[in-house]
Amino acid sequence: MHSETIIQVNGLTKRFGDFTAVNEITFKVDKGEIFGFLGANGAGKTTAIKMLIGLSKPTKGSGKVAGFDIEKQAEHVKKNIGYMSQKFSLYDDLTPKENIRFYGGIYGLSRNEIKTKTKEILEELDLKSVANKTVVSLPLGWKQRLAFAISMVHDPDIVFLDEPTGGVDPKVRREFWETIYQASEKGRTVFVTTHYMDEAEYCDRVSIMVAGKIEALDTPNNLKQQFNATSMDEVFLKLAR
Amino acid sequence: MIKIFWAFVKKEFYHILRDKRTLLILFGIPVALVLLFGYTVTTEFKDASIDILDYAKDDASTELINHLQSSGHFTVNKFISSEAEMDAGFKEGTSKLVVVIPNNFTSDFYDNNPITIQLITDGSDPNNANTLVQYATNMITTFQRNKLQQPENPFIINVEDRMLYNPQLVSAYNFIPGTIALILLIISAMLTSLTIAREKELGTMEILLVSPLPPLLIILGKVTPYALLSFIDAVLVLVLGYFVFKVPILGSTILLLFACLLYVITALALGTLISTVSKTQQDAMMRSLMGLMMPSMILSGFIFPLASMPKVLQVIGQIIPATYFIEILKGVMLRGVGLKFVIYEIGILTLTTFLLLFFTWKNFKIRLE
Repeated sequence: MHSETIIQVNGLTKRFGDFTAVNEITFKVDKGEIFGFLGANGAGKTTAIKMLIGLSKPTKGSGKVAGFDIEKQAEHVKKNIGYMSQKFSLYDDLTPKENIRFYGGIYGLSRNEIKTKTKEILEELDLKSVANKTVVSLPLGWKQRLAFAISMVHDPDIVFLDEPTGGVDPKVRREFWETIYQASEKGRTVFVTTHYMDEAEYCDRVSIMVAGKIEALDTPNNLKQQFNATSMDEVFLKLAR
Repeated sequence: MIKIFWAFVKKEFYHILRDKRTLLILFGIPVALVLLFGYTVTTEFKDASIDILDYAKDDASTELINHLQSSGHFTVNKFISSEAEMDAGFKEGTSKLVVVIPNNFTSDFYDNNPITIQLITDGSDPNNANTLVQYATNMITTFQRNKLQQPENPFIINVEDRMLYNPQLVSAYNFIPGTIALILLIISAMLTSLTIAREKELGTMEILLVSPLPPLLIILGKVTPYALLSFIDAVLVLVLGYFVFKVPILGSTILLLFACLLYVITALALGTLISTVSKTQQDAMMRSLMGLMMPSMILSGFIFPLASMPKVLQVIGQIIPATYFIEILKGVMLRGVGLKFVIYEIGILTLTTFLLLFFTWKNFKIRLE
């Protein structure tokens, strides 16, 4: 059973002067997949993701996200994606409620939609007790889940997570992956970058980037077989050498 | 679109109202600056203590000394008897000026013989020294005129000066326009560059750029609240100046407010331009303080006259928006001139604003790619 393609990238390249950050990468992601985008720091993950979400223009190559061309139809792409960065990017001096209201507002949600969304998120994340406290006082794990929920406030087809578990302890990381699964079960595509190799095991498929190129792309199990390794960590180490 | 814009403005007001530091800068600094400048930076003086070295000790010299004291500008600290004592007063700081009256003052005075009265001041404080000498010279001239009714010698040229628009040389007339220019710059330029840099630091700017919001809307949404608050500040300073320091507003109030609005927009454009090149709040702060505040204070003609500066600094002064804004303010407030007389300055400010907005827009676009 093969579902429709939601991200399609062909020979995508980004150069900064002489330096090629992303070197002709080609891949596709199916709808509803949890797609792991792995690589060491500086391998070109963030540059690639920036091209996909319309923050950076490719030097060469093309790509389609949610059915729209990333260069010519960037505005349409932006409407159909959610994005969460490693900084969790919430407004510290606003309450969770106000954060939800603001982000709902900039995506053009109606007052009623915002109201139901707010209720939904606060209930789901069990944040009711702190709904009117400023975000700065929340524990990191709560902020992380709130940021994730907010990145999906406008019900996007795809959500891009750029190192969403950076700096969080293992227990909280596991809990966060639970919420990623929940989102995926609702049919949402999750595109996630990480450098924690244990997290790679949670993904449906992973790609591994080394020095601007995608060196491997398959399900975690197939990759382990292919590289004759017992864990993703080993796969990665073998690739990086 | 309007709804999205309002969501933005509302959020921005939350930021401002919840941050005590911003509130302090917004409303504390204007009031503090006006009061500070008002009560400390003043070129007028009262009761300057002077020493008198009276060699004559006769009727006319006593009258002259009384005349000097009657003005309220001078009080006699000490009568000294020799030049050697002069120094001591200056060194101790008890005396700012020594008036030396020569021998035979009364007879020479009524006989119309030439008399030389020496005024000796402390040159280590040149501004004060100059003002003191000016005041004293004036007093002595009036004394002579009063006593002799009219100059006996028809060949003496009498200089009579009148300071138009500010006859009493009230310093508030100078610093209120200057302070408005400075405050609007601090608030509009510094705060906007800070708030945009803050979003960059937090990473929220990235989220905003990923959203379907047009960049122009992001800038406008961030800038509008500050425009409004700066404008309120301008009015606050004008009201303080009017009621506390009695600075008049002779010209059209509407023209004045329009000029303030224009200048606010210029400053906001500067602030956003600064924010496009600075990555952190600290960076933005340094750039706006060093790049805007200092030159605007020193090179705008607010504190030091432009005409007496080296050519290079004069040219720099000519491109500082505050220079033109202060010119407009002084024209409209003190001289009561209409639009016709400040159209050149308004034109320059408008042109500058458009140029700045163009660069901001261009810079912002480049950063997206």
